[in-house]
Amino acid sequence: MSNLQLTEDGKLKHFLTVEGLSQNLLAEILDTAESFVGGAGQKIKKVPLLRGKTIVNLFFENSTRTRTTFELAANRLSADVLSMSIATSSTAKGESLLDTIRNLEAMFVDMFVVRHNISGSAHFIAQHSAPHISVINAGDGQHAHPTQAMLDVFTIRQMKKDFAKLRVAIIGDILHSRVARSQIQALNILGVAEVRVIAPKTLLPAHVETLGVGVSHNLHEGLQDIDVIIMLRLQKERMTTALLPSEAEYFKCFGLTESKLKIAKPDAIVMHPGPINRGVEIDSKVADGVQSVILRQVSNGIAVRMAIMSMAMQPLGAA
Amino acid sequence: MAKILIKQGRIIDPANERDDIGSVFVADGKIVSVLTEPEGFVADEVIDAEGKVICPGFIDLSTRLREPGHSRKGTFKSETAAAASAGVTSLCLQPDTKPVIDTPAVAELIKELAQKAHYPQVYPIAALTQGLEGNELSSMLSLKQAGCIAVGNASRPISNLLILRRAMEYAASHDLVFMCRPNDYWLGNQGCAHEGAFATRYGLPGIPDTAETIAVDQYLELAVLTGCQVHFGQISCRRAVIKIQQAQKYGMQVTADVAIHQLHLTEEDMVPFDSAYHVLPPFRTAKDKEYLRQGLAGGIIGCICSDHQPHDLDAKLGAFPETEPGISALETLLPLTLKLVSQHAITLEQGVAALTQTPAVILGLKAGALTPGFAADICIFDPDLQWRVDSENWRSKGVNTPFWGGYLTGRVTETLQAGRLIYQLSASQSRSKA
Repeated sequence: MSNLQLTEDGKLKHFLTVEGLSQNLLAEILDTAESFVGGAGQKIKKVPLLRGKTIVNLFFENSTRTRTTFELAANRLSADVLSMSIATSSTAKGESLLDTIRNLEAMFVDMFVVRHNISGSAHFIAQHSAPHISVINAGDGQHAHPTQAMLDVFTIRQMKKDFAKLRVAIIGDILHSRVARSQIQALNILGVAEVRVIAPKTLLPAHVETLGVGVSHNLHEGLQDIDVIIMLRLQKERMTTALLPSEAEYFKCFGLTESKLKIAKPDAIVMHPGPINRGVEIDSKVADGVQSVILRQVSNGIAVRMAIMSMAMQPLGAA
Repeated sequence: MAKILIKQGRIIDPANERDDIGSVFVADGKIVSVLTEPEGFVADEVIDAEGKVICPGFIDLSTRLREPGHSRKGTFKSETAAAASAGVTSLCLQPDTKPVIDTPAVAELIKELAQKAHYPQVYPIAALTQGLEGNELSSMLSLKQAGCIAVGNASRPISNLLILRRAMEYAASHDLVFMCRPNDYWLGNQGCAHEGAFATRYGLPGIPDTAETIAVDQYLELAVLTGCQVHFGQISCRRAVIKIQQAQKYGMQVTADVAIHQLHLTEEDMVPFDSAYHVLPPFRTAKDKEYLRQGLAGGIIGCICSDHQPHDLDAKLGAFPETEPGISALETLLPLTLKLVSQHAITLEQGVAALTQTPAVILGLKAGALTPGFAADICIFDPDLQWRVDSENWRSKGVNTPFWGGYLTGRVTETLQAGRLIYQLSASQSRSKA
């Protein structure tokens, strides 16, 4: 797994998953991102690191925020960017995915940023792309969303400094969440004291504890001693597939309100990968409140993606 | 027809409780004698079996040849040739061909194709319901008369238990064995991996073992109600073994088989997103594998099948959940069974019985034994010959196996079907003995 995304000397070639990466490599990503944060506030935001490189954003699934931040990140690295939204039916075959990739390869592309609704798609593309191409996973099915996880831990590091003391709660639809899977892996690699998932059983995958988390089905109980609260988006279709009875009941049990926020540590921060459903998983007062770092996450997304893209292109550029 | 002498091998014939060094004598397509040379027997052909095992030809309870309908994946010619090279002399064809085996015409077409291919005996399994759609009964009696050996619904669901009850009652009326693969379609949730640590880690939709055990319960209950003889195919989990064991203890005539790869691989062996491991039922846990092995050793699971499902390259080229499930498994059937023996999970006799005697009894075939008077369906194999699973040594059109590129020990050297030599390993390959 990790072999696929690392070069022989351990450098990042693809970024497909956080799983199997070392603490040092994650720290390197975070440090590199730190160097780009200033850039966003400066007048000249561009650095020439990827000048002459062509990056294709291949989005087989809708996304506004992730795509935009990837585009901005690529632009600020001076790369040429092409964004493609490819409508795909669930019956689309690997052949056509492969054909898309082959055609773009023939246009001398250097990097694919891929989002797809099927788990394993980014791995598949990385395995079947020409050797000079780097693949960044921008979310594959329910498997991984490693750049989101990195920007989340980056935000946590900005706010909290020492990972070793942190207790992090991830609340909501863990079962369907690629974000949660990647966050759990990243937090554990960085050595947090505890990752706790809080959700009804219908929204937890089987044997979730094997991911290295504590489990609670009760928000009151689960929020005790928590430093970082990560809320997940609840999709409407969870109601129609008998996973939950209603949005109202979900909000009553697992929605983060001001009073529930008080159960956590007083300096706890509130995070959300977005887009948020106000009044479903989170109350507006909390989302817009002083403890919320939700918009900071969005800003950090650019710097972190710049870091990952430039690092993944480096071993190739040197060759 | 010719007289054949199979000389001086280790004869393993569980049906006749035989494990002796000696010769087998074949004439006119039948076994005439074992060990004792018949008077005046002059062989036209001699097969030297020294250092090899002579046993009945294998009977595979679940195979897909992909024809008619999916000849891109495999043809009668390619897949029966693969079967012959695997020592298989009889095989049951699952009804999910295209068209489905739900009319006598399709069953007859299959018989015809099999005769043309000229390799092992092919026994079609009739669809339990029309079009395998789970709604209306198929013409089971006509299908039986057209050569179908049993009924089954492949891996497709039956829409409700009342229809299943009636289908089983009707099958029982015509003494047809119901070969089912227990799986509750809805609990299966269109998953592609065992609902466990692996699926959770990689975000794959999971199939709980409960999807299998609930179906086992339902079939067992309906077997009691209808008197239908049920055979469970491709069992994959611990609790299914326990349930079948209990039913057998209560005196029910239920039988079971397991696909050979389930006895070797678990979710822990899966290479993430490698579609060669995409199989249904999915690879489960080490504990499940252990129980399947014990179930086999204890006779609860009487048979090993290949569950052969060849695929074309494109079917396996994609993100894991989008690829088609199944393993091309005929040619690894024997070496993987022998591996169970070398790992002391079962004895060689048990392994041979699970491939010959027991499936013959379930199907009511006069086969699976080296009994004088029986058709000379014989497999001769070299238990120590090491070979590489690669295109040099492979006959199936499907190369979709997790064992591809690896080395296995034990290889069929000759296969006889009704006294006809339908397979012989080339001399150069035999000599490449490790």
